[in-house]
Amino acid sequence: MGKVDMSVTLAGVHMKTPVVMASGTFGFGREYGQFYDLSRLGGICAKGLTLRRREGNPAPRIAETPMGVLNSVGLQNPGVDAFIREELPFLRQYDVAVIANISGDTPEEYGVMCQKLHRAGVDMIEVNISCPNVKAGGLTYGTRPALAAEVTEIAKKNAGNTPVMVKLSPNVTDITEIAKAVEGAGADAVSLINTLRGMRIDVATGRPVLKMNTGGLSGPAVLPVAVRMVWEVSGAVGIPVLGMGGVSRGGDAAQLMMAGAAAVAVGTACFADPFAPLKVTQELEEIAESKGLDKVSALTGSVQPWQ
Amino acid sequence: MKVEQNCFIRARQQDGDAVILTLEVGDMVRESFRRPGQFLHIRCGEGLLLRRPISVCTCQAGEEQDLITIVFEVRGEGTAWLASRQPGENLDVLGLAGNGFPMEPEGRYLLVGGGIGVPPMLGCAQAGAGRCTAILGFRSKEKAILLDRFQSCGPVQVATDDGTLGYHGFVDALVRRELEGGGQYDAVLACGPRPMLRSVAKAAGEFQLPCFVSMEERMGCGVGACLVCACDMADGTKKHVCKDGPVFDAREVDWNG
Repeated sequence: MGKVDMSVTLAGVHMKTPVVMASGTFGFGREYGQFYDLSRLGGICAKGLTLRRREGNPAPRIAETPMGVLNSVGLQNPGVDAFIREELPFLRQYDVAVIANISGDTPEEYGVMCQKLHRAGVDMIEVNISCPNVKAGGLTYGTRPALAAEVTEIAKKNAGNTPVMVKLSPNVTDITEIAKAVEGAGADAVSLINTLRGMRIDVATGRPVLKMNTGGLSGPAVLPVAVRMVWEVSGAVGIPVLGMGGVSRGGDAAQLMMAGAAAVAVGTACFADPFAPLKVTQELEEIAESKGLDKVSALTGSVQPWQ
Repeated sequence: MKVEQNCFIRARQQDGDAVILTLEVGDMVRESFRRPGQFLHIRCGEGLLLRRPISVCTCQAGEEQDLITIVFEVRGEGTAWLASRQPGENLDVLGLAGNGFPMEPEGRYLLVGGGIGVPPMLGCAQAGAGRCTAILGFRSKEKAILLDRFQSCGPVQVATDDGTLGYHGFVDALVRRELEGGGQYDAVLACGPRPMLRSVAKAAGEFQLPCFVSMEERMGCGVGACLVCACDMADGTKKHVCKDGPVFDAREVDWNG
């Protein structure tokens, strides 16, 4: 091992490996940092931030489904200022790309947060226009191309030279329309997929398991949807793609990269196995080596679709 | 906190509906035991994506292998898988997770357990042996578990919903009776169903006694990263059962939430 160059570049940001932690599953890194050195990761998308502190939705906020997990956390977070003050210095101790994830109730809030984060010095800003668990903003921006473009434009205008990546929702008829809209508005990258809206009902009680009734589905169940959407989006836009959705093995990550992703994110898999991102990285390296590649980035877009 | 992927199941017993597993957990107890009332986050087979949080009943540091005993009932798919494990098999265990009950070395505590909330109180009873009284509630005589183990630590009072064993009624009535009778305690420590915790907290409040309760909520990561296991606090914030709990000061909990 060690013959494969595992480094990748995502929208100008250099990462030691293509494996990033997905926003919302990894907090601000402190908890999983008890288990291993966070510098072994390529990047960390921090827990989704809003301008002001949010307490999130009532519990239960999680339900297990066949090979999937539904959640309805609803963007609980301490607010962007507390992140900059208390969490960013912690993350900065590590040699890992720090990606801040933001959600706003209005386009202006995205702008304010971008300014703050650019000044604070994060490596990238992931603009979340696809949270299925909040009423205002969130998914509304992610399902309408014109609104998605407006948010992206404001984010870009306020982010200085910090790259802006827009996180896309799979809960749309044609994801390439949104991808093209945000590319046209200046996005430096897109990340996909956010969770798919779903619901689980307790048959005995007749009640939905989640207190919010519906939530966002993640886990292995969504991997094929993610692979398909990454494939479609990377064929439709020229900006790089961070692929995510159900990755728990190296082969899952390889599929997303072959479909066109420059890097991949691991999320839900961490709940069963905190070491999942490290295993994915190692297995991905083995796959690249078995294919005789000298660099893992050669996997990106290498799928040979049937005609 | 650590992950032990191969925890050997040393023993399995069944007491009515309760399954009792004794696990060899490496140096987990030496590494991460804080106080009685912590939990293990256990992987329940390859097919389930979420670990299941199971309270620690008792634990013991060893020279080579620390031992942890868990006691649980089948509630769903995960615990059904766990209940069918046999001695000699291995479990993937994350722990010890969460904060336990605050117990001072010389403190006197009134311990209250209800149903499957009884086992974690045994760890408290052992830690405070000779200085604690246990009040244990069950649905019926058939559901009563661990009584002899509690009795070896101190006085025990039992309540059953149907009156088939001990006091006919709920534990909070016994809590009031014990406190009215002049029992001197530094705090009430409780684990059980939420309505029970609420009424025990109310009873403790009537006697100006601090009360600490172990809360339950559907959990994701178990370490404080995913924020799903939210518990409503009286000040309007939400804390998380896995990292901030599972034990909370009853005065901080929003019981109307």
